[in-house]
Amino acid sequence: MEQYKKHESIAALMNRNNVDTDQIIPKQFLKKVERTGFGIHLFHDWRYNADGVTDNPEFELNKPAFKGAKVLVAGDNFGCGSSREHAPWALADFGFNTIISTSYADIFYNNCFKNGILAIKVNEEQLASLMEEINANEGVSFSVDLENQKITTPAGNGFSFEIDPFRKDNMLRGLDDIGLTLEHETKITEYEEQHKKRFPWLWA
Amino acid sequence: MKKTMYEKIWDSHFVHQEPGQAPLLYVDRHLMHEVTSPQAFEGLRTAKRKVRNPSSILATMDHCVPTKNRDLPIADPIAKKQIETMAENCEENGLNLYDMDSPDNGVIHVVVPEHGFVHPGMVVVCGDSHTATHGAFGALAFGIGTSEVEHVMATQTLPQQKSKTMLVQVNGKLSKHCTAKDIALAIVGVTGTAGGTGYVIEYAGEAIETLSMEGRMTVCNMAIEAGARAGMVAPDQKTFDFLEGKEFAPKAEHLETALSYWKSLVTDEGAEFDATITLDASKISPQVTWGTSPEQVVGVNSVVPAPASFENKGKSLACEGALKYMDLEPNTKITDINIDYVFIGSCTNGRIEDFRDAAAIAKGTKVADGVTAIAVPGSFHVKIQAEKEGIDQIFKDAGWEWREPGCSMCLAMNGDELKDGQRCASTSNRNFEGRQGKGGRTHLVSPAMAAAAAAAGHFVDISKLG
Repeated sequence: MEQYKKHESIAALMNRNNVDTDQIIPKQFLKKVERTGFGIHLFHDWRYNADGVTDNPEFELNKPAFKGAKVLVAGDNFGCGSSREHAPWALADFGFNTIISTSYADIFYNNCFKNGILAIKVNEEQLASLMEEINANEGVSFSVDLENQKITTPAGNGFSFEIDPFRKDNMLRGLDDIGLTLEHETKITEYEEQHKKRFPWLWA
Repeated sequence: MKKTMYEKIWDSHFVHQEPGQAPLLYVDRHLMHEVTSPQAFEGLRTAKRKVRNPSSILATMDHCVPTKNRDLPIADPIAKKQIETMAENCEENGLNLYDMDSPDNGVIHVVVPEHGFVHPGMVVVCGDSHTATHGAFGALAFGIGTSEVEHVMATQTLPQQKSKTMLVQVNGKLSKHCTAKDIALAIVGVTGTAGGTGYVIEYAGEAIETLSMEGRMTVCNMAIEAGARAGMVAPDQKTFDFLEGKEFAPKAEHLETALSYWKSLVTDEGAEFDATITLDASKISPQVTWGTSPEQVVGVNSVVPAPASFENKGKSLACEGALKYMDLEPNTKITDINIDYVFIGSCTNGRIEDFRDAAAIAKGTKVADGVTAIAVPGSFHVKIQAEKEGIDQIFKDAGWEWREPGCSMCLAMNGDELKDGQRCASTSNRNFEGRQGKGGRTHLVSPAMAAAAAAAGHFVDISKLG
């Protein structure tokens, strides 16, 4: 996984609540057996016209001002619904590495961090002022500093954000979770031995 | 210290916590299907890692499988490749797979209980958000992403932060023709789709205790629609009886130890929950969703709400957007909404009890003109049982299609889907935009409500039936 330290990028705005993973990556694109190539299908049903090819000019992420955005500012409860990791795969493949919202569905939130996407939680007022700033100046760039847990913007918005220290450390170092867990393999084996004694019917 | 059932299961599965890292939780059972697993196997191969405990895994094919003409090759080449990849991955790693031709095949959350693969007190995961279904057995069961699927295969553990606990107490008795599905939808109506985020729900109270195991599975299945990754019900005699004699249930020599352990899992009296919600089951009427989120739900004897009726600005805007997508006017009576399609099935309502409920209503009726109605059993076992009871014949006589098992129109990956603008009464779990086909409009209901709608061509207040 790529390390995440500090990024500055155009911030795109999706002012919608409860954006679900069925919208982020509709089910017709879940049949692939690879992790890559989902970016062109991101938000497919909203993003393209009925022909499925040409851009729908009404869709917010198609605005020219948002082209190349790596930061996505979105409404409450982003990523609700299905557990499909294809959703963060599609977001990352499209180019996003940061999402800012008030809240996320649990599974989606976990999935983001496994794929180098920093999902930042801010409060309602902070989100509103970030949205306002984008509306007033589409194409504006926000700066996100993970090390110091800070978002700063040209209009002078400056927020600290909370993040679990374990997730932060993994993002900063670009660590592979599995390798980290396997450092404790003896503990797992010890636990398993006790487990076999305590729950013998599970191993019969 | 007095503990909730969740805390007891958590404590007994805690493996290790390194300072500055998340606790590692041990995983007893890992369920799999074709859509969320291939990239995890690919990851294992790339890193030259092995599946740590193949016997902890049970796999099926359900999301992409056709529900008719199963003897023909799958027409969609990408779906075909995904199915073949699943078979290859299971073969290579020595995993137990109920493939498309197996008599045990079906929807993962339907087949797993049929074989007694999940017991009380287990930690169960699956790359599928409806894994919460298995909480009905007093297990901690939750959905995970594909990276986590790979993690569990390699380590048999998951780094997890402890959740908060929520008690959803459903007191009293359900009225006639009201079901577990109506409880599940009514709860989401109260909590909203984000109300349970960060929580594990324990469902309790008379209305939950009196549900069958199938009913409890329906309620737990939709915990995720309230935002909670897991929902659970205390194990009791019904749970034990359900498991008895099943393939993966404890063998006779261990049964007594297992039983006494299972009984010890129940939440201690006086244990505290971080949040509590109370509902009165006798006040729950048959539920129908009107919007594009499961929280947008009302009783069948009610009307479609107006955006202005929501104080919360976000909910008001969501209502406006949903009504536009659903092509509904505010204040329309729910019973005046006409439908084009009916789907009975899914991991929410694809069990034998669901088809019995629906058949009781469908018996002697005819599907209304212009309506297509399909019944899709959750597994071959459900299908065969229903056929033994003559349920298939009731549906066929009424003009329904009686299909092969699979996820089918719950998420419309296999070609069973709505056309643009079609409106469906569906027993599935999500009414998101386009979920059942681009431009399709989904109303979530119980199997009995779906059967009544099929015959009338619009929603019917079945609580008024005898």
